[in-house]
Amino acid sequence: MSRSRSKNKGARLDVRKTYKMLMGGAFVRSESGRALDVEGPGGKWLGYVCRASRKDFRNAVVAARKAVAGWSNTTAYLKGQILYRAAEMLEGRASGFREVLQSTGLSSAVAQAEVSAATDLLVYYAGWSDKFLQIFGSVNPVSSPHFNFSVTEPMGVVAYVAGEKRPLLDLVAGLAPIVVGGNAVITLSTGRAAVAAMELGEVLATADFPPGVINLLCGLREELVGQMATHMDVNALVTQAGDSKETAMCRQACALNLKRFFPRESISKGDEDPYRILDTMEIKTTWHPVGG
Amino acid sequence: MSSSLAVSTKLNLQAHPVDEVGIRERVARLATRSIKKASKVEGLKLALSMVDLTTLEGADTPGKVRQLCTKAIHLHSGRKDLPMVAAVCVYPTMVRIARETLQGTPIQVAAVATAFPSGMNPLAVKLADTRYAVGEGAHEIDMVISRGDFLRGEYQRVADEISQVKEACGKAHLKVILETGELGTLDRVRLASDLAMQAGADFIKTSTGKIQPAATPEVVLVMLQAIDDYYRKTGKRIGMKPAGGIANAKAALNLLIMVREILGPAWLTPDLFRIGASKLPNDMLMQLEKERTGVYQGLDYFSND
Amino acid sequence: MTKTKIATKGLDWSYAPAPESADHFQLKGQYGLFIGGKFFPASSGKRFPTINPATEKILAHVAEAGAKDVDQAVRAARVAYEKVWRKMPGRERGKYLYRIARILQERARELAVVESMDGGKPIRESRDVDIPLAAAHFFYHAGWADKLGYAFPGKTVQPLGVVGQIIPWNFPLLMVAWKVAPALACGNTVVLKPAETTPLTALLFAEICQEAGLPDGVFNCITGAGATGAALVNHAGLDKVAFTGSTDVGKAIQKSLAGRSTKLTLELGGKAANIIFEDAAIDQAVEGIINGIFFNQGHVCCAGSRLLVQESVEKEVVAKLKARMAHLIVGDPLDKNTDIGAINSKGQRDRIRDYLKFGQEEGAELFQTSCSIPQKGYFIRPSFFTKVAQSHRIVQEEIFGPVLAIQSFRTLDEALEKANNTPYGLSGGVWTDKGAKIFKVTRGIKAGVIWANTFNKFDPSSPFGGYKESGYGREGGRHGLRAYLECL
Repeated sequence: MSRSRSKNKGARLDVRKTYKMLMGGAFVRSESGRALDVEGPGGKWLGYVCRASRKDFRNAVVAARKAVAGWSNTTAYLKGQILYRAAEMLEGRASGFREVLQSTGLSSAVAQAEVSAATDLLVYYAGWSDKFLQIFGSVNPVSSPHFNFSVTEPMGVVAYVAGEKRPLLDLVAGLAPIVVGGNAVITLSTGRAAVAAMELGEVLATADFPPGVINLLCGLREELVGQMATHMDVNALVTQAGDSKETAMCRQACALNLKRFFPRESISKGDEDPYRILDTMEIKTTWHPVGG
Repeated sequence: MSSSLAVSTKLNLQAHPVDEVGIRERVARLATRSIKKASKVEGLKLALSMVDLTTLEGADTPGKVRQLCTKAIHLHSGRKDLPMVAAVCVYPTMVRIARETLQGTPIQVAAVATAFPSGMNPLAVKLADTRYAVGEGAHEIDMVISRGDFLRGEYQRVADEISQVKEACGKAHLKVILETGELGTLDRVRLASDLAMQAGADFIKTSTGKIQPAATPEVVLVMLQAIDDYYRKTGKRIGMKPAGGIANAKAALNLLIMVREILGPAWLTPDLFRIGASKLPNDMLMQLEKERTGVYQGLDYFSND
Repeated sequence: MTKTKIATKGLDWSYAPAPESADHFQLKGQYGLFIGGKFFPASSGKRFPTINPATEKILAHVAEAGAKDVDQAVRAARVAYEKVWRKMPGRERGKYLYRIARILQERARELAVVESMDGGKPIRESRDVDIPLAAAHFFYHAGWADKLGYAFPGKTVQPLGVVGQIIPWNFPLLMVAWKVAPALACGNTVVLKPAETTPLTALLFAEICQEAGLPDGVFNCITGAGATGAALVNHAGLDKVAFTGSTDVGKAIQKSLAGRSTKLTLELGGKAANIIFEDAAIDQAVEGIINGIFFNQGHVCCAGSRLLVQESVEKEVVAKLKARMAHLIVGDPLDKNTDIGAINSKGQRDRIRDYLKFGQEEGAELFQTSCSIPQKGYFIRPSFFTKVAQSHRIVQEEIFGPVLAIQSFRTLDEALEKANNTPYGLSGGVWTDKGAKIFKVTRGIKAGVIWANTFNKFDPSSPFGGYKESGYGREGGRHGLRAYLECL
């Protein structure tokens, strides 16, 4: 693959974008200084993205952990507003994303559909923020004189490995239900999905998410999944489109700290599913006497 | 060497629950008061007259203190209608130079004492510290309570220390710093306030200014309510001083609103309310200039001593 | 070089006027009925004025809808329902509601000022409570539109059809939000009649629906008084009626719907007891009393209009209450420092004055603050009665003004008995620092909304509604959706 790009048409030279990873609210290159080639259809060279290292992942976990307390204490209303704003921002860049997706080989119609679906999916999960507790929580009629109630609580720091089939949508479908519950997330996008992920970082950074709530890495799956599965300060791991070998490895590695592990299929059946929110929530039950 | 506790307070501490959410709501509501025009100018001048202009750095020198005192007397040239601040607040070894520089003015000299800011020294040392500062000419003493003892429930001991220091003050008036940022809950802030007043404080003060959080509006509100209850029970008016973290004129005006609506106009005097700050006056001066000229100001135009 | 200190006597510092500016928008001289996405005059040409109760000046004229107009509105709603709204996927319906929520935020200040001018409530309340909550209601319900399948396990849900809604004058725009947001989210279309003394923010809301591109006829607004309301309720084309207002009118509506299959929910009056125990955080409880009865001039169905205070702390509470009330500023609703604004209408002001008279005639003792009140407009100073008996009219009947009745109790059971001794059951309050007691008392009060160590808190996710003669049905939260759905 030759790293030459199409020559400029006309007198004005365009300013090419450098793709960086959103981490802790800032855009950074990999601390390893390594990069990966981005390849378009027919082996066309599109540019570079970062090749995230395990230290990048470690730094992202630190940023995420710092963000968890504040984000989980943010009101449900505000979380919903922020996710809705992310949809506003994505809608505003719809044509840009269509181009990005098409450049990675998707047809125009598929790209269009994917961008609309991703935008609508952000709206969908925004709408769950102040409702899922009404579905998944409960007041329990115990037979002693106690007021007993169960609420959901975010697990904390969640890692998510996205699939490549739907570069933008697989990422949004994974991270939205994770963060709406109050978790902070570190995602990994690979191969042709990396560029869309980096562009999504720009959208999410302008949506008022506090720094560290969403951290988007790109790199090589085989280099990083093991790190994600073994890290002792990650509370849950969600993977999409992993093969059986990877899934088995993850299940074993997650046992180190009893990380909650959710392997998901390649094309997810029904991205709109509040039970994905519940996946990365704990349930806490409290008792209190009723009396004088 | 420990002094026998010749002076002791009979404590009558009662539980007085404080609801934190309710306090936050009241603070927020008070902060929506809109202070404009004449009442803003009046309020700012009043607040200026209540400032204890403070320097409490290990690196303080006579030169620094002289500079501070000069600013205290003469906040800003070009305006003849500005008050002087109420006091300057310094470490004991700087009291003498402050007294000299402020000679002939009504500005008081307050000294922190009792092993400020931690208070982690034996009582004898703290009393000696107090006597030294008073001897050097301090009009006012700002002491710290023993937070460790308080948090362990040794209320009588904490109270006795306060009354001993009060005795050592002689004619100087005593402010008792609760260091609310270390007390943990508003219930404890209330308890410490009651304890300090019963033990002889002339003023109760929020903080040393050396840690965060310092004088949040929430602790100020709780302390003002404690003062109000104490006044209802005993007829005695105790003063209040928030210190640390009062960043700008708006925060200062919010304090005055709280004092007015919790305690009433009788407390709107430097004799009963002070604001501990170092950089605050310039922001208040900028606001006053803006009211006078109609134009927003910048710090380049205000002396930076 | 001696300058004079400020006098050591405390400064008598008062707040200068701080008027909210009203110059960044313009009210129209007159407004029509909003039917099928457009504004029309009433077919009879009739109009009536809406006035500012603080100044007694006319703000605008609005159309008076007659039976013909009501019919036109219901038909427009029906067409919109059958042709457009019921067919639209929930996700897209939700997006309209999100747009409306966003525009409510964009026009927030204008709406707050108009609300205060039209109804009399202080700008601080309309700005900080009414308008933000209205936007929040639309945000919340927007999210339900495509998730209704999860709301009622085991049930398939569908909309009811065309809904007629009648709302009161105490929270005009907020009541629009409480009614319209869930109705539209569930797939219904709406004909709404705002109160005759406060039509303006509902009409501005109609403009906002146009700005949001809401399909024609999904929301319709017909202005008018009792006759218009009756015409709406009696229209055979409605699948459901929702009413918020007085208990008497609510009963009349139920009677007039007898024999029809039209669904009905009612949110009516209340006479809530605010119970303060000796172990309460007293200062915060006193603030809770203030919020309970003086917020919105006491024009609140769930107002804490009865104080039940444990006798051991009665003196302290009453003394602190008096001292706190002394700082309440009664005045121009558009002044940012005003705590208590204008009474909504002359009629309501006179009614409250009557109750102040009855109370004294019955032998209760009246306390009123001595604050100044404006010369023009309808104003009442915050008041309370002591030496009241359970049987007094001022204890039994809803006054709907800034008037509190204070009684004492000795035991928890006595407090519950007094609290429940009323045909109403909308709300209640309990103040105690003891957790177990909170749950015991909240379990014991027969009311739909109970505030523990707080009062008058509202959230779109929190169901609201009454027991007994305070009405039936709930608004807000998952439970509130039920009123607007057919659950099969």
